[in-house]
Order: sequence, then structure tokens, then C-alpha cells
Amino acid sequence: MCNVCGCGAGETRIEGQPADDEQMPARKWVRAGAPDPHFHRHADGSWHSHAHDEAPADGSIHYGHGPAGAEVPGMSQARMVKIEQDILSKNDSYAMHNRGWLADRGILALNLVSSPGSGKTSLLVRTIEALMVRVPVAVVEGDQQTSFDAERIRATGAPALQINTGKGCHLDARMVGQALEKLAPPDNGLLLIENVGNLVCPAAFDLGEAAKVVVLSVTEGEDKPLKYPDMFAAASLMLVNKIDLLPYVSFDMEQAIAYALRVNPQLQVIQVSATTGAGFDAWLGWIDARLAEARVVRDETVAQLRARIAALEAALDAERSAKV
Amino acid sequence: MHEMSLAEGIRQIVEDAGRVQGFSKVRTVVLEIGRLSSVEPEALAFCFDLVMQGGIAEGARLQIDALPGSGWCRQCEASVPIDTLYDPCPRCGGFQVQATGGTEMRVKELEIE
Repeated sequence: MCNVCGCGAGETRIEGQPADDEQMPARKWVRAGAPDPHFHRHADGSWHSHAHDEAPADGSIHYGHGPAGAEVPGMSQARMVKIEQDILSKNDSYAMHNRGWLADRGILALNLVSSPGSGKTSLLVRTIEALMVRVPVAVVEGDQQTSFDAERIRATGAPALQINTGKGCHLDARMVGQALEKLAPPDNGLLLIENVGNLVCPAAFDLGEAAKVVVLSVTEGEDKPLKYPDMFAAASLMLVNKIDLLPYVSFDMEQAIAYALRVNPQLQVIQVSATTGAGFDAWLGWIDARLAEARVVRDETVAQLRARIAALEAALDAERSAKV
Repeated sequence: MHEMSLAEGIRQIVEDAGRVQGFSKVRTVVLEIGRLSSVEPEALAFCFDLVMQGGIAEGARLQIDALPGSGWCRQCEASVPIDTLYDPCPRCGGFQVQATGGTEMRVKELEIE
């Protein structure tokens, strides 16, 4: 487990079953007597680490001090290899695969992110109840532990699959890819992914969704967008939830929205209450517009495939008649 | 930010490069991290040491080169330097700035033996 943020690997479960985790061998997060590396910042903003006992006299150049401390200057066989690869490239390739899988089926996937207790699950339940009569809805639930949320969703009649991340603090694209195969959400429908309640980590992980929707509740304080800017920068829509509680809390709505727009000038904002249903017309309208877009993309894909098949068949016919 | 997952990503990239290019010892891992990427360098350095254990970059040094943040100010219709996602435009003072650069998180190069 990570001592910094409490996250860990190898503990993911989908519906209680261990996830297929070949890329994450279980390791013990123990510093086995390694010397404490010294890590510091330079004036140019770059960072370097090196063991304390090998700190160079001028304090600026750190090459030539290997872990064994045995290199002779000028005799080193070290060389530099260009890599130029995004750290999250693996996740992003899984996300791209998910995005293609969803697009082929005309499914609109929304990734709902927020801090714990913002009312995401209540919001989902009300959204599903309102949409189910006309749009098939399926849900992927992410939590560290328990299947409480998936059970709440299933009570609405919508299929739901629970991913337990163990100590993990976010869903990643690989977990969602596995969940999609198990859940098999219906074509031309809506897939709602409720991420782990965490306003920090899920921001960086593309799951293959069409949009991130960040939920901010009025009980949290209007300064959240500035305190946790990454999530608000990554989102396309902000739902300000629990507006029925506005008379009882000191929450400056105008300021909250201004802060969010400061981080992300293109962010759309809808005020809702999952308890009373206030604002749901606008929220459901936003989903409908996105669903229509997803269907257009799918229809275009189908039309392109049909044209391709027709062209291949024509070529095959030409080939056959040439032989005859 | 989930530095442990990022360190896992770095390990994967390093191990893959070692397999493909045929080296088995990495001395230094050089990253490029944008100022707006929200990676906490010290947390990443801590996770890095732990996650590299038992691999070809065990004990390797970590160098993080910071890349400057930049954004597009819709009011000025110009690219401007920014240090945080919520910085005002340094030209007009407005907040119509959309981050465009400085969100990178890349393994740039490796010093190998």
C-alpha cells in the first residue's frame, strides 16, 4: 500500500471476484533498508534525487553517481535512451479501446466524479428512474469496499456492476473494460460510471467516457473548485447538487460557479437536487443531447461499414465475372 | 493525484524499453512533468523508489524536468504563461484562460548501463 495516498495494487474486485490483474504483481511496499534518497528542487523547477552520501560538492550536477557509488568519471558506460512516452499511455490505450467499443454500440458513457458524500448515487437513482422508460441505462459502480451502491442501483431495475478497488483510489480504463464485457450494457443506451468518491485521483484517468461530470454539493463549500482544480478542469459538466439545502447552509453559489469557471471557462453548470428533482429537466436534457450525438456517431459508423461492404462485394463480383 | 499508479506506469515503460532495447540496468529515469499536471514530485519520488524495487530501475535516480504551464486567453486571443489552472491572464487579468500546455506526464529518457 502507498503510504502517501493510501492506494494499493492487486486488490481490485469486480462483483466480489478478483479482477484479472496480470500487470500488477503484488509487491510489498517496504523500503528494505534502502538509503533514504535526497530529493530536492532546483531553481529552474526541476527535481533530482540522489542518496545523501553522494551529494556533489557543487550541489548541481547529479550524473555519474550510481547506486553502487563505484563509477569512475570518464570511464562510465552509461548512455541515454530516448523514451518520450506518456506515463499513462497504458491506461490511455485501454481507454481508447473502451471508447471504440462504446461508440460501435452507440452507448453514451458518463464518468461521474466527486468527493464522497456529494450525493452521486442518489443522483443516479433519480436519473435512472426518470430515463428508464425511454432509454436503457446501465451502471458501473466504483468503491473501495462493499456493493451497497450497486444494490441501490439494481433496486431501480437497471443492471449494475460493482468494482471494488480495494485500497485503490480511482477506477482505471482496464477495470472499466473488464466491467463492460461482464455487464454488456444495451446498445444505444446510457452507461453511467460512478467513480470512487475522490476529488483528486480520478481526474487523470481516462476511462473511455464521453464526458466527466463533476458533482459538487452545497454542503461542501464553494472553494472546492480552487482547492481541487484538476477535477474541475477535466470535467465537461458540473452538477451542483443538494440545492434544496441552500437555505440551511452558507454556500455562495455565485462564487462556487465563478471559481469553477476560473479553472475551466468551458465548464457547463447545472444546479440540481437529487432529493426534490429540481433542475432535473436541464440535466436530463443535457443527457438527451449527448445521447443524440452518440447515436449520430454510431449511424455514421454503420453507414461507413455498409458502404465498405458494398464496395468489397462489388470488387468481388468484378473479380468473379472477370474469371468467368 | 495517484502517484503510486503513475510510478507503476513508469515501471512498465522502463521494463518494456529494457526488454525491447536489450538493457538490464537503469541508472537515471528522466521525467517531464508539466506544472499544471498536479503531480506532486516528492510523493512521486517516494512511490518511485518503492515501485522500482526488484526491477531494472531499482535504486535508479529520478530526475523530474518541469515543463511550463500555458493557456489560451479567449479575451486576448493569445497564448499566455500560467502557473496554476486558476491563474488569471497575465495580460488582461481575466479568467478566460483554458490550460493548453503544461499538463504533460512523460518518461523522457533513461540513462542506462
